This record gives sequence, C-alpha cells and structure tokens, in this order.
Amino acid sequence: MRRLIYFVLAFIVWTLLTWPFVDGGIDVQVVIAGLIASVIVAVLFHEILPKEHHIFISPVRVFWFLVYLPVFFYYVLKANLDVVYRALHPKMPIKPGIVKIKTNLKTESAITALANSITLTPGTLTVDLTDDGFLYIHWINVKSTDIEQATELIARRFEWFLKKIFE
Amino acid sequence: MNDTIGYILISAGILFDIFGCIGLVRFPDVYNRLQASTKCVTLGTILLLVGVAVISGIGPTSAKAIICAMFILITSPTAAHAIAKGAHASGVKLWENSIVDKYAEEKEN
Repeated sequence: MRRLIYFVLAFIVWTLLTWPFVDGGIDVQVVIAGLIASVIVAVLFHEILPKEHHIFISPVRVFWFLVYLPVFFYYVLKANLDVVYRALHPKMPIKPGIVKIKTNLKTESAITALANSITLTPGTLTVDLTDDGFLYIHWINVKSTDIEQATELIARRFEWFLKKIFE
Repeated sequence: MNDTIGYILISAGILFDIFGCIGLVRFPDVYNRLQASTKCVTLGTILLLVGVAVISGIGPTSAKAIICAMFILITSPTAAHAIAKGAHASGVKLWENSIVDKYAEEKEN
C-alpha cells in the first residue's frame, strides 16, 4: 500500500516535470521511462513516507494548511527583513547563542514541520532535536535563555497551527 | 500585467539573494552565516521561481517552477539543520561574543 502511494506520487511529479503531452498526443517513451523510474523510487524509498500518511487526506487538515501558508509566508518575509537589517547595519547588532525549547507536538511529521518553520523564521535555526521533544535553537538575537520563555517566543505561534494540521 | 508582476517578483528575489550573500560574508561564525544563507536565499530563490511561473502562465514551465520552489522550501532548512548539527558535532565554536550555548552544556553532562 505504501509502495503504491509512493509510486503514484512519484509518477505525478515525473509527469509534471517532464510534461509528456506533446502536440495533443502523449510521448510514450517519456511515460515508460517515468513508470520505470517511479517503480524504482517506490521500491527503494517507501520507508521514508510518514507513518501517519492517511491523515493528509482529511479536508479539515488541508483547510488549516491553506490558512497556515499565508501566516508562514508573513513570518518568512519578516525574518528576511530582520536578517537583511542585521547584515547591512554597520555595527551588526547581533547577540547569538544556542537556546533550548520544548515542544508539545508528538508526531514525526509535525515536529519536522515545526523545525523547518523555525529555521525559516525570525533569527532562529534548529540545530538538533531530542527524542523527548526538546529542540536546540540557534538564535541570532537571544532575548531569553529560559526554556519556557524561549518556547513562548519561538515556537508557540506555529504549534497551534501544526497541531491542527498534523495531529 | 502578468509580466510586470513577474519582473517585480524576480527583482525582489535577486535583491534578497544579494542581501543573503552580503550577510554570508559579514557575519562572524558558521551558525550566523547559515541564518543569512538559509533565510534570504530560500526566499529569494522561491520569489525568482514564482516570478517565472507568473510570467509563463499556466503550463509546463510554471508547473516545473512551482515544484522546484516546493523542493527548495523543504530541503533548504533541512540542509541548514544538517550543516549546523555537523558543525557543532565536529567542534566548531560559536562566535566569542555569543551569549549562551545550551547545546554544548547539555552534551557535557
């Protein structure tokens, strides 16, 4: 089953990337090459599909994902302007450090999404995470070294959304 | 109209890429440089690709551009995470004026 899902996904990506619909017909050679490549990918890499993949079909989760996207892009833009300001300022106003935060998210895909969101948003970069839900964050402008307060400042705004999407 | 929006997006993308590179040169240590390179270069490249998609309209080119943008959005922070963890594991120190390094403290215990 997982192999089948993976095969279909790989073939969709292949179709979009190579676009075999030439002059109203279908380029059979490209499709055959895509089928072979998709089978190889599905057999070799089916294990990296998240264990809880069935949840992504739910329309409620898709809705929350679509709500999350603009929020996420707002923070990404803010992060960029922040880094640009620090990079261009003659005195370079940074006080970096690595802090520790705690997350309440449980599933693998939710924690992955949280770590990636943190990396792309204001002044923070995920360095490592532990099995019991702690993340080590490199912060370009440390405001608090306390676990609770740092969690509040860094992760809270994403956790609420990611819980709705992934859990 | 679409062309104008597309060129504005591409110009913004190139600007962010340039600022990311300036940050890469100016910041003092590996971790701060990663901050500059992942954030600015990810957004800059995605804006470039979205600009290309807007100009070319719905079709094969924009499909490819959007797929590339999605790949970059997922792989770029993951790669930065791997580089930061690898740098820390192989003993690269933080900048001397850094405030705190909880990661190193916890690893010693």
